[in-house]
Amino acid sequence: MKKIHVSTTVNGQQEEALCEVHQSLLDLLRDELGLTGTKEGCGTGDCGACTVLLDGRLVCSCLVLGVEAEGKEVTTIEGIAEPDSLHVVQQKFLEHAALQCGICTPGFIVAAKALLDKNPDPDETTIRYWLAGNLCRCTGYDKIVRAVQDAAQELAQSS
Amino acid sequence: MSSYTFAAPSSVDEALSVLANSSRRGERAQILAGGTDVIVQMRSFDNEPRLLVDIKQLAETNEVSIGEDEIFIGSAIASGVLNENDELKRLFPGLLESADLIGSTQIQGRASIGGNLCNSSPAGDTIPALIVNSAVCVIANSDGNREVPVEDFVTGVGQNCMSSEEFLIGMKMPRPPARTGDAYLRFIPRTEMDIAVAGAGVSVSFDDGGTCTRARVSIGAVAPTALLVPEAADALIGTQVDDSDLRAAEAACSAAASPITDKRGTVEYRRKVVGVLCRRAGTIARDRALG
Repeated sequence: MKKIHVSTTVNGQQEEALCEVHQSLLDLLRDELGLTGTKEGCGTGDCGACTVLLDGRLVCSCLVLGVEAEGKEVTTIEGIAEPDSLHVVQQKFLEHAALQCGICTPGFIVAAKALLDKNPDPDETTIRYWLAGNLCRCTGYDKIVRAVQDAAQELAQSS
Repeated sequence: MSSYTFAAPSSVDEALSVLANSSRRGERAQILAGGTDVIVQMRSFDNEPRLLVDIKQLAETNEVSIGEDEIFIGSAIASGVLNENDELKRLFPGLLESADLIGSTQIQGRASIGGNLCNSSPAGDTIPALIVNSAVCVIANSDGNREVPVEDFVTGVGQNCMSSEEFLIGMKMPRPPARTGDAYLRFIPRTEMDIAVAGAGVSVSFDDGGTCTRARVSIGAVAPTALLVPEAADALIGTQVDDSDLRAAEAACSAAASPITDKRGTVEYRRKVVGVLCRRAGTIARDRALG
């Protein structure tokens, strides 16, 4: 079984791994690099649980081959928190009880933070459409949307 | 799954020679752009061994050029990236909206218009929108590039006119004349994240006096391939594209459709809806052209 050497930057840190072609970026992160914060839901790009940033753009890591990460920058849920505290989006998910089982949560947080980085003041419709690729079967979404709105508000006040 | 191999050529020539070598050895090769169809297919119904050839490292497949006469869009550019190009949005709002209908934010971080075309689904949303903009496929071939109009590119369900030794570099379109507008609409039972039950694209151009001088109409998900509907265009050319003209185009689209009944809709329903979508897309295209 031929493995390919992959050199990639994950959360600012240079990483090296050996990867088979069929392995996804999700497999690379979880199985080779031990970064198990990123979850596998559907494995077909429908649920968004495996959401990461690839060169600054949101993608489903299950639909990226590990070998495609060569030379790229990847940001996962492990790269979201501040050194000494949670990111505001994480804090607001806790305060609003915007999670139950937690499998979808890393994907939602990575996606929601990317939205707020791009658009600091999104309306509710924008938030719902942006997060349409993240499925949650526990919360019914309302608490998640409230958490993102509250995070946006807090980020606006602190800046 | 262990028998996949991978190549990421850095030039068109290198990509062509990788494909030619693979073909000579009798091995299957498949082009990988955004992977949002290919990777799903290789994990489900199509897991036979193959060489995956990533064409995202090529300058040509990542190029957008907006010339005086012609606009070129590289085949591998993610729709999320294209949708940040304000000039493209101004020139082809309907085409960019068709790409924006496909998938979530995450999918749009990878999925490309070229990939949508090469996947050659009857329901590919960008295909009617490309057709109405007179888009031509630029196909890399060892004898030089060859060009095929989009309406002739897809030859059947999941099939297109490219050989295993060719790949799509991009699509080029003539710059829309003044007073031109395009639009694409599809119907799905909800507002996001679904596959078209039916779709219709319209592009219309007007002269100074407000008479339609050029029209192209294309319908999707109602035949094995997206169809160009000249009868619908003829119903608009020479008119003001008012409600009665659009109703004639609507009827032409319903007549041209040859849909199937499946879980998304029945023959009768699709035939009706595709006409309505043509009328509504035509209204938007007209208002854009004259706005």
